[in-house]
Amino acid sequence: MTILGIDILADWFRLSVVTVVLPKLIAAASVTIYVALLAFVGALVIAIPLLWAQRSHLPLIARPAVFLSDFIRSTPLLLQVYFYFFVLPQIGVMLPAIATGVLALSIHYGCYVSEAYRAGLEALPVGQRDAVIALGFSRFDAYRYIIVPQLIPFLIPALGNLLVSIFKETPLLASIAVTDIMFVAMQHGADHFQYIEPITLCGLIFLALSLATSFVIRVLENAASQTWLGRRNIRG
Amino acid sequence: MADQIASPIISFRAVTKKFGGTTVLANLDLDVVQNENLTLIGPSGSGKSTILRILMTLENVQAGGVTVDGEALWVDQGPDKLSQQAAAAQTRAIRRKVGMVFQSFNLFPHMSALRNIAEAPIRVLRLSKDEAYDRAIELLKLVGLADKQNNFPIQLSGGQQQRVAIARALAMRPKILLFDEVTSALDPETVGEVLSVIRQLAKKHQFTTLMVTHHMGLAREISDRVCFLEGGRIIEQGSPVQIFESPANNRTKAFLRAILEA
Repeated sequence: MTILGIDILADWFRLSVVTVVLPKLIAAASVTIYVALLAFVGALVIAIPLLWAQRSHLPLIARPAVFLSDFIRSTPLLLQVYFYFFVLPQIGVMLPAIATGVLALSIHYGCYVSEAYRAGLEALPVGQRDAVIALGFSRFDAYRYIIVPQLIPFLIPALGNLLVSIFKETPLLASIAVTDIMFVAMQHGADHFQYIEPITLCGLIFLALSLATSFVIRVLENAASQTWLGRRNIRG
Repeated sequence: MADQIASPIISFRAVTKKFGGTTVLANLDLDVVQNENLTLIGPSGSGKSTILRILMTLENVQAGGVTVDGEALWVDQGPDKLSQQAAAAQTRAIRRKVGMVFQSFNLFPHMSALRNIAEAPIRVLRLSKDEAYDRAIELLKLVGLADKQNNFPIQLSGGQQQRVAIARALAMRPKILLFDEVTSALDPETVGEVLSVIRQLAKKHQFTTLMVTHHMGLAREISDRVCFLEGGRIIEQGSPVQIFESPANNRTKAFLRAILEA
């Protein structure tokens, strides 16, 4: 097919290859989605004790936690992936590649999530703390019923962006043989010397994943910010 | 009167409070008897709000002792030693006897007016939801906002928010109510509705109230006693008539002249 004199479906982009590669990539996309979602949940969880430690009044707890977070955020994720992959077996922890990958992503992004949590807590008006103490809430109840519900609309956009980033970082795990779509694409390329079609399709699949994630985030954001933030439904 | 003085519901003994290098309360002694309406007046930075915040355990003290309803909240450890706060359980017990209304309302923005009032009775007093909501509706009626129960704070005016905040404090059935400049953040036209709620409460005389205000009309009307503070000390105290009509201290006179002319 020729458009504006350019043969856009020249023999370097062959439908015959697409029909073979696309099903393999779509199957592998489930690994990408699985890894990314698991790592995201892991990051949300890891960030809680991390933030608690960082905010501790005891320097013996706070200092190492702050250092760890700074260190992890300022070194490449690929390096961390290799580190866990090669070091954990040395200390007797044998994990499947996929678990190692999820662990690396969870810890790396947990450090960013804890920063998001911290920003949320700092944005909370100080008067809310006064009110919670004056009414006698226990610390746990205060977080559960008063603080966290107020943080959620604030956190959704920040956490959503991190989820999109996690999706985009999963191809790094191909380096430790996690069979995500990038791994499958490169394997097909190596086997048949057909790289352009699988890599292009990979890009399109990532684009679709990112757009879908952004859409879900926007829906959640709207749902969470109704009524009480005053963006909608004000009856006056 | 003598037996009341013997057992004040609130007593501050030689309390010193510093923020960094600034002394906010200097060796303060203050007794409040049951059901007394006490008003604290004075220039900003004189330590009046700090007295309320110490009672609500929002601030600590460096020296001296504080007792609430016969239980120690802060215990004097003698000279050159920091005062010790009561154990956690006792602190919680004392908090339940004290309610506070803030200058900036501090309502929970994600909850309706009704839930703002009912939440602490449900979570802290462990009332059933039905009972807590019934009580919350009664309290909304008391403050004249029965028709606003489903409104979120953002949908209420400042005066309405402050009335919800008063109802929220009352829902915990405190013995002592603290009002910290509750009309200072309000538009002038909504001050009246909040004042009338406070007047109504003070007349019933079922609470001990400590109020910090710049609203001298209210202080004069509902107080049993007025304290003028400056630099963390009580400079002068007496009945409202005494303080407002014939203040003895020159600084009291100057303060009142400045504030009444403003």
